[in-house]
Amino acid sequence: MTTAELIAADSGATIVIKALLVFVFCVLLTLMSVWGERRLVGRMQERPGPNRVGPFGLIQALADGVKLALKEDLIPAAADKVVFVLAPIISATTCFLSFAVIPITGEVSLFGKTTAMQLTDLPVGVLYVLAIASVGVYGIVLAGWSSGSTYPLLGGLRSSAQVISYEVAMGLSLVAVFIYAGSMSTSDIVAAQSTWWYGVVLFPSFAIYAISMVGETNRAPFDLAEAEGELVGGFHTEYSSLKFALFFLAEYVNIIAVSALATTLFLGGYHAPPGLGFTESWLGGWFTGIWFFAKVLTFFFVFVWLRGTLPRLRYDQFMQFGWKILIPVSILWILVVATLRTLSLEGAPRIVVVGFASFVVLLVMAANIGFENAKKKKLASIEVEASEPSFAVPTVPMNVSNINVSQGSKGGDHV
Amino acid sequence: MSEQLEPLKKSEISVNDIAYTQMETGESVGLLGHLKGFWVPFSKIFKKTLTVEYPEVKAPTAERFHGRHQLNRHPDGLEKCIGCELCAWACPADAIYVEGANNTPENQMSPGERYGKVYQINYLRCVFCGLCIEACPTRALTMTNEYELADESREKLIFEKEDLLAPLRQGMLMPPHPMYPDMDDSNYYKGDVKQSHPSQDVK
Repeated sequence: MTTAELIAADSGATIVIKALLVFVFCVLLTLMSVWGERRLVGRMQERPGPNRVGPFGLIQALADGVKLALKEDLIPAAADKVVFVLAPIISATTCFLSFAVIPITGEVSLFGKTTAMQLTDLPVGVLYVLAIASVGVYGIVLAGWSSGSTYPLLGGLRSSAQVISYEVAMGLSLVAVFIYAGSMSTSDIVAAQSTWWYGVVLFPSFAIYAISMVGETNRAPFDLAEAEGELVGGFHTEYSSLKFALFFLAEYVNIIAVSALATTLFLGGYHAPPGLGFTESWLGGWFTGIWFFAKVLTFFFVFVWLRGTLPRLRYDQFMQFGWKILIPVSILWILVVATLRTLSLEGAPRIVVVGFASFVVLLVMAANIGFENAKKKKLASIEVEASEPSFAVPTVPMNVSNINVSQGSKGGDHV
Repeated sequence: MSEQLEPLKKSEISVNDIAYTQMETGESVGLLGHLKGFWVPFSKIFKKTLTVEYPEVKAPTAERFHGRHQLNRHPDGLEKCIGCELCAWACPADAIYVEGANNTPENQMSPGERYGKVYQINYLRCVFCGLCIEACPTRALTMTNEYELADESREKLIFEKEDLLAPLRQGMLMPPHPMYPDMDDSNYYKGDVKQSHPSQDVK
């Protein structure tokens, strides 16, 4: 019995309970991940992070939430009031929707009924997730635009440009998965990974997805839209109180959502890691949920690790990286994967498949060598230019160690 | 070397005097080099933090840390402040207000003619530069290492004389009281007075 058939048999009550569980799971995970992120990033910076509210500071996020809710709710005079209120609602609702198609556990029994912890199973589940992510951008655009203020507008434009650009790379990186799984349904993709994870088989796709999911969620080092030093807070500068809390919630739920999608598509979803397959039947199948959870948290840890390690990118560098590197590389990789897949499906002899693969590898190596040579030539040409400036040069600021004072003509005057 | 002690002015440097050096572009760090960068924050997770649990644990300040001021006393308890206002004049932030008054035989607060009747330091203005300490001719004003100077109203942060005066130590008597017998103010400054004399205890 496939997951889709299993879910189709759900009664109304089961669906309501599952929806509630998914929602509670997301909100709790957000609270805990805010705490976890602050603790981890603190440790990375040799400080303890929040450790005052509750044991180990565990309820810090809750305290912050209460504080946010009790704050004054401001709407700027220049704001478009309806849209201003609507924007955080769009952001906060869409971020939960993608969880509907994420398979969290395998076959389990819920109040005596056999089902799987997945709200619904669409034949085009992954496309649905991408579509929902695109709708989420409206929250950002509208928030920036309706604030009636400069910084939010700039931040909103940056955020939306960023999310849209990286969605292209993200979508392209998923194509290879679709080709191999032969389906866009999340549960089918998980089932197709029972032997080999796509994160291993389709490693370039996985790498591109991992990079673009950071860009997609506006997180460090791609958090230039919320660059505190440059744009105040980005699109949510004018928001306060619960409306700001909704954006905050949306950001973290989005992180969990892209991590969950990455887990589903590349790390075998709720399946146990290779060699630990026997654990999947523990706790009546609920143990698969723990594996899923562990994988999502691993992704979340990487998010925090990136934030603790990398400096923020410049906007143009970021856009260049997305459009000029990630997207072309994705397209080339799709070509290679499609060719290989077709070859093997059409029953081509193994030697042809291996020959094609090694040809591609050689091509990439040759291109790399050519690129390195061009770079060296360019550097060499710059060196010649720098040695003799043919134009007026402004006086260099005082730096005594760099000045050759000729002792004869100078020096006596300023003792 | 002596002629180079003072930096050259911009107008005295001609472009030709500046030695241009080629910036080092540096070798590519490679994939391992980048991973090394990721290793640093990761390894820090398992190391001891550098912070102090502040309200519970108070790390000592540097020995000469500029904290709250203190108005010192002579060993017999008389105040060192003579109300000269030099501290107030030295203060760049205009944080000190002093009013001097004459010592009388019934009301002898400090050795010599004058004492500080009103002494206020406004800690909303003070920048803790220590110029007042340098200005003080009698070493009456010094700084402590105390740094917890937050309060909830502006009034509370204007410290009066009684907030700033040093506590009475062993052998000191609370002024006003007469000066040490057979000693004048010069003796006080030379440190001849080591403690109070029984005759000074007028109460």
